Order: sequence, then structure tokens, then C-alpha cells
Amino acid sequence: MSRLAVAKALVFLLCLGPFVHLGYDVFLGDPGPDPVARLVHETGAWTLRFLLITLAVTPLRRWFGWHVLVRFRRMLGLYAFFYATLHFAAYLFLDLGAFWAQILTDIAKRPYITVGFTAWLLLIPLAITSTNAMMKRLGKRWQPLHRLSYLIAILGVLHFAWLVKADLGEPLVYATILGLLLLVRWPRLSGRN
Amino acid sequence: MRPRLFDPVPASEITPESVYLQRRRLMQGLVAGTATTLLGCDSQAEDAAAPAMPAAIGGLKTWPDSSKETLTSYRDVTGYNNFYEFGTGKGDPAARSGRFQPKPWTLEVSGEAEVTGRFDLDDLLKGITLEERIYRLRCVEAWSMVVPWNGFPLATLLRRFKPTSKAKYVRFETIQRPSEMPGQRSAILDWPYQEGLRMDEAMHPLTLLAVGVYGRWLPNQNGAPLRLVVPWKYGFKSIKSIVRIRFTETQPRTSWSDMAPDEYGFYANVNPAVDHPRWSQASERRIAEGVSVFKARIATQPFNGYAEQVASMYSGLDPRTLY
Repeated sequence: MSRLAVAKALVFLLCLGPFVHLGYDVFLGDPGPDPVARLVHETGAWTLRFLLITLAVTPLRRWFGWHVLVRFRRMLGLYAFFYATLHFAAYLFLDLGAFWAQILTDIAKRPYITVGFTAWLLLIPLAITSTNAMMKRLGKRWQPLHRLSYLIAILGVLHFAWLVKADLGEPLVYATILGLLLLVRWPRLSGRN
Repeated sequence: MRPRLFDPVPASEITPESVYLQRRRLMQGLVAGTATTLLGCDSQAEDAAAPAMPAAIGGLKTWPDSSKETLTSYRDVTGYNNFYEFGTGKGDPAARSGRFQPKPWTLEVSGEAEVTGRFDLDDLLKGITLEERIYRLRCVEAWSMVVPWNGFPLATLLRRFKPTSKAKYVRFETIQRPSEMPGQRSAILDWPYQEGLRMDEAMHPLTLLAVGVYGRWLPNQNGAPLRLVVPWKYGFKSIKSIVRIRFTETQPRTSWSDMAPDEYGFYANVNPAVDHPRWSQASERRIAEGVSVFKARIATQPFNGYAEQVASMYSGLDPRTLY
């Protein structure tokens, strides 16, 4: 096995860590006072983290010459989708549970739910077109499509900030990192580079 | 060493722990905490338990209308709190309230009453019989607990101050002590925290002043040494660590409605029909032992299930204004 394959396997397991840890705590270990809230909150937080890590790949590559990072980008992006799907599923099947009909009013009436749901929907085409075959098929259209990830990250951070009661501290950390990541891209996106 | 509200009482006056633990309800809560301690997940649980109340204080007669629902464990009641004076995380109050000194405690009473002034809490509690009352607690964030409080009706205390006919409302204020309350060092809310009740709500027999929980003195994170418990209203109305009580003629300002008037009102009665602008209030997640993650959500009841006792107080008012 090549070194890259070993590294990929390790990164894969590392990224699975939060999922295993959460699952262990909730179903086997100490679930804590409000396990449903914890599942929903932590899967959401890991979605944001993976979105930001994925968006950080290109700047890091360019600044530090870590070109090998791009080999991990697809996996990191798919992990963002994985945690987003867990987040949505935990909200739908655990938090709402028997009250699932509430989702209709939630999506219609509550902007932060609508925003989060939109972000998750937008992740689906990106996940589907993440394979080598799809990259080939889409050709030049692949990159513009995958620039949706910027919008998805913005929606994700907005979704988090919107539901907070009074303390915006945590969402602001994500917003700041996202802002920086978008800022360093600006010259390229605006065509000045 | 955890600060105590009262001096340690002679060992002979303390109800033996083993006797107390025989009570089934307490078992439900504390055993759950102990089990996790044995698993090594929360080695703090034992040390963190507040001192038991001396039986001599009141005898803790159980209140007949107590909820029969499964109790939330002592660990969760004292480990999962909204008390922004100690931080906004649910675990912050338990983790960051160790420096807080709830003794000695002075209560300042002012406004439209014949008897006003500054009173030592120990003196105020003399002659008061403590009761155990098991109430549902519904947080505005749509989760709930079932808590065995130890306290006495607020009316018992308020009557001593002989409110005048001008007293239409009661205003409460939490202590402001940033050196001991790290959350107060940031301007998350406009400190000090303030709350209020209409006079009839304050005098209602369900309205409780709690000094203990689970037969132990209130831990700091639960609002030591004196907190309000208004079971038919969202939890934020049940103001903690009260230092000031003022009888007023006009409706007092309250912290959360000052901060977001469109989201939090003065009445804040639990009402499944009126949603919070950003989330539904139709249902809630129950935090209690043995609740499956697949069945945590239950329907929210009007007035948190206390409609029979309190709904008549609001008969002339539009329920939609009572959020």
C-alpha cells in the first residue's frame, strides 16, 4: 500500500472519530442530560468544521505548497455531507420524532431551519458529482458547480447564528474563519489574479 | 469546601443518608448519578452534591399535588442549567460557580409595603416550614425537567412585608457580583437580571421560593440561596439568587423582554399554541432518567399542566399576549 493510501485511511478514520465518539456516548456510555440536543448540536458543529476544513485546502496548498492536501479534499467534503445528513436525520427522527409533522411548519415558518435545510439540499449535487467519472463528464462545468460550497458554508454559519438565544460567541468564530477563507479567495474569484 | 447556607448542624440532627435514600423518588435521581460515577464518567458527582438539609428546619412535608412523573436526576438538575451569570453553556453554571458565596445573604425589600428594609435570610427563614414540591420545569428552549424543590410559598414571605393596596406587581433582582459570577463580566444580558410577577401571580399558592432541591441546600448553579419557582411559566421567570424584592405599582421591566421584546414577554406563560418566533413551543424534550432518544419529545401542556390552578387569573386577557 502506498503512503498516500495509508494516509487516506488514517484521515478517514480520524474524520469518523466524532461520529464514533458521539454514538458511543449516547448509546453505550454516558449520554448526558439532553442526548438528542447533543446529537443535533454536535453533528451540526462537525458539519461546519468539515465545510471550513474543506474550504481551507486550497489556500493552504497555495501558501505552503502542500499540494498533497488536494488528494484529501473530496473525502473532507464528503464528510461535511455525512455530518450534515446525520444532523438533519437527528433533528428529523430524534428531535422531532413522533412530532415529525412539525417540520413542515418549521421549514415554512422558521428561517434558520429553512436556511439549514437549503444548505443540506445544495450539498446533495456536490456529493453526487464528487466522483472521478462525474468530474470527467462535467468537465469545465464541475468547478463552478462546486463553488456552491462557499454559499453552503455561508448558509451553514447563518443557520447556526440565527438559532442562538443571546451568546453569538461560537457562531462568530465560524463566521470569522469563513470570512477569512472567502477573503483570501476574493482576488481569484473576482478575476484580478 | 462548598460554602454552606447554614452552619453545619450536629450530626444527630441530620437525617441519616441511608434513611433518606430509602425514599424511592430520591433513589431515582441519585442512583442514576451514582451509576455514572461508578462508570467513571463523572467523578465530580459525589463531591459536587450539596449538603443535605437538616430535618429540623422543616420536616420537608411532601406536597399532595406533586407531579408523579419520573424525576430528572440530581445530576442533571444540578448539571444542566441556564444561569447566564456563570456562562451561557449548560454546564457552565456547575463548572464556574464554585467561588460564589451564598452566605451570609441579605434580602432588600422596598416599595409599596409597610415593612421594608434589609433582612438576613437566616432570620427570614426562621419559623418557616419547608415543603417538598415536585414541579415540572419547562424551559423556553423547549426542554423540560421534573424537579423536587424544597421551599415555601412566596406568599408566606410577602405577607410579612404587608404590601399596600398600591402594590400591583413584585419585582425581583438577582445579585450582581462579577468577581464571583464570571458570566456577568460580559454584557450578554443587561445585569443585574430582573424579573417580575403580577401581585396575584406572586401570591398564588403554586408560586414557590426554593432554598433546596432533592433535600439538599440549593447548589450555587441552581440559584443559591434563594430562588423563585413559577411552574406554569417558562423557566427564565424563575429568577435565581434573589437579593432584592420591590413592590411596585407599575409593571416592572424584565431582562429577557428588554433584550428581545418580540421573543419574550412579561407573562411568559407556557403556551403550546404560541410559538417562539424562532422555534415551536408545541412540544418539548423531557430530560429524565430512562427517556429513550427516540421518544424524548412530548406534547407541551397549556400553563405547563397547571391550567386548572392558574388559568382563571388570565381569563380577561388575550392568551396570545401572554407569551
